[in-house]
Amino acid sequence: MDPAASSLPPAISARGVRRVYDAKPEPITALAGVDLEVAPGEFFGLLGPNGAGKTTLIKILTTLLLPTSGEARIFGFDVATDTRRIRRIMNMVAGGEQSGYGILTVREQLWMFSQFYGLRSREGWTRVDQLIDAVGLAEQRLQRVSTLSTGQRQKMNMARGLLNDPWILFLDEPTLGLDVAAARSIRELVLDWKAAVPGRTVLLTTHYMAEADELCERIAIVDHGRILAIGTPDELKRSVQRESIFRLELDHLDGGVAQLARLPGVESAALAADTDAESQRVTVNLVLTDDAALGGVVTALGGTGAQILALRKSEPTLEDVFVELVGRGFGDDEQREAPGDDRDGRVGDERDGDDDAGVPDQEDAESREPLEVR
Amino acid sequence: MAAARPANPVFATTRGGSDPRTASDWSQREVLASNGRALIGRAYPRIRGMAREPSWVFFEILLPFLTTSAFVLVYRALQAPEAYVGFVVLGGAMAAFWLNVVWMMASQLYWEKSQGNLELYFAAPMNLMSILLGMALGGLVMSSTRAAAILVVSTLVYNVTFNVEQWGLVVVVFALTLTALYGLGMILASVFLLWGREAFHMTQLVIEPVYFVSGLNFPVGRLGALGAIAIATIPFAVGLDAMRQLVFAGQPYITGTPSPEVEALILAAMTVVFGLLARWMIRRIERMARSRGSLSIRWQ
Repeated sequence: MDPAASSLPPAISARGVRRVYDAKPEPITALAGVDLEVAPGEFFGLLGPNGAGKTTLIKILTTLLLPTSGEARIFGFDVATDTRRIRRIMNMVAGGEQSGYGILTVREQLWMFSQFYGLRSREGWTRVDQLIDAVGLAEQRLQRVSTLSTGQRQKMNMARGLLNDPWILFLDEPTLGLDVAAARSIRELVLDWKAAVPGRTVLLTTHYMAEADELCERIAIVDHGRILAIGTPDELKRSVQRESIFRLELDHLDGGVAQLARLPGVESAALAADTDAESQRVTVNLVLTDDAALGGVVTALGGTGAQILALRKSEPTLEDVFVELVGRGFGDDEQREAPGDDRDGRVGDERDGDDDAGVPDQEDAESREPLEVR
Repeated sequence: MAAARPANPVFATTRGGSDPRTASDWSQREVLASNGRALIGRAYPRIRGMAREPSWVFFEILLPFLTTSAFVLVYRALQAPEAYVGFVVLGGAMAAFWLNVVWMMASQLYWEKSQGNLELYFAAPMNLMSILLGMALGGLVMSSTRAAAILVVSTLVYNVTFNVEQWGLVVVVFALTLTALYGLGMILASVFLLWGREAFHMTQLVIEPVYFVSGLNFPVGRLGALGAIAIATIPFAVGLDAMRQLVFAGQPYITGTPSPEVEALILAAMTVVFGLLARWMIRRIERMARSRGSLSIRWQ
């Protein structure tokens, strides 16, 4: 983090944030007590399945929703009372956003929003043109918004989100429904924007594990309105990795894998299922007590004259982390919809349901302690 | 996490200060200017849209012209005083504003919500009154064009003669009629947002009775007490009556209503009351939206 940014209050600070929606037949608890701190300049991710409470948290942090209890601050400003100040320094972009007016051109629409963010008219046009070029919409500059493709539309939404040079940008599933290329361009855009000024903070919600892994410096895994674990992607993955698993490709292996299994620090060694029996090449899956044991294996192989053709460490994914923490995968929700969600039912994207739809089993949710991974 | 990336100069700008605390500190002047810009920004799509979708010429000039023509032809067939033709033409022109208020303006926030815009408006650093006023300004420009077109076409076709003695008062009354009408429109926008389809049904229910008690096609004074109630409560009724008195000065058929000066005061009072009420309602809506989590969010 930039040294100047370190003197600032946390970009996001949440203490015991709860949000309960009035619903029938019974209230729905979307957030069941969230504690969170994000430093200025951090790229922070909220990772969780549909219904986890991500969108509700983002709505509270963007001043659109009041917490039922608890306190949340953006750069020290209270989301309940300092709304105007927060709105001057933040912006938000959601996946599948259909905002604006289809009758306007891309340029006109962005200018209109620049006026909502307080830019002077001429400054607005200039900024709009710069951002249109930066997001790669130069050819669509004078095209009507109603005729844009989903990917182009999301690029325009990103440009809108950057118009006021926010200090904190909230991205709620920004690549939802986009094809691979469009999603990548959005991710690169966000990284470029963030890198340009130290202290800019991004809060990203997603249920795409790879996206969180690629973009975020730290991630909070959220489920049933609670944060289950916080840490860097590596820390989170390490937390579920109990041994080191390597995949070795050798030009040959005299004496079989049994000799490897006997080496210190090697828990097991086995020929991979895809080893070609007819060629001399051998693929071995090694399970080590820790990474340091690999040195002994390499030395021992050198002694036998075997040449290592490839060596790859198998790491757990964030999905493994989630399954370990929650006991189920992202697709295994059995949840009810909550009224705080605006992500449901949009046409034309690949949404697979809503967010913040969770009805946490209160007893179960409160019995879980967040895991701080360091 | 991705590796450090080179800075794109387009993204290297900051606004209002080198850190977020400073950037969030706007002077009163900046706040005012920002709200003014938001107002213009919200009016912009209406005005651009009008130029971009010429179909309104058919739907909002030719079709209303047919309605006006029907009354003109009836009056002429009955050999009614020629002044009645003027009353009908003026009513047809002013109806453009009323229709704009009760349909487009009133449903605007509801539409913005379903479109996902309302949430962005709430999250922007502006007073929501800027949005309402911007909607009103855009609608006003759009409707003025339509009203002028209806007036000109009908006047030429039916050879209407105006007799204006107090031009200044005509301008004042016209301006006050519009501010009162659009003040009501701002209130209706909040009501529609709160009540949704029920409000649409209510509008459909009352629109013809309002036309009737406002004297769209005849002098409202003919309705006696009912007309008086309309003049005291409906800006369209009082504005239309005042305009008729002023642009057809000396006509003996406009009787039983207050003078244009008094009606101007009624319109001024309506403007103030409707404006304050609209401000109170939009603030209340924002509070409700934040506490209930329903109004700014789609499909709720």
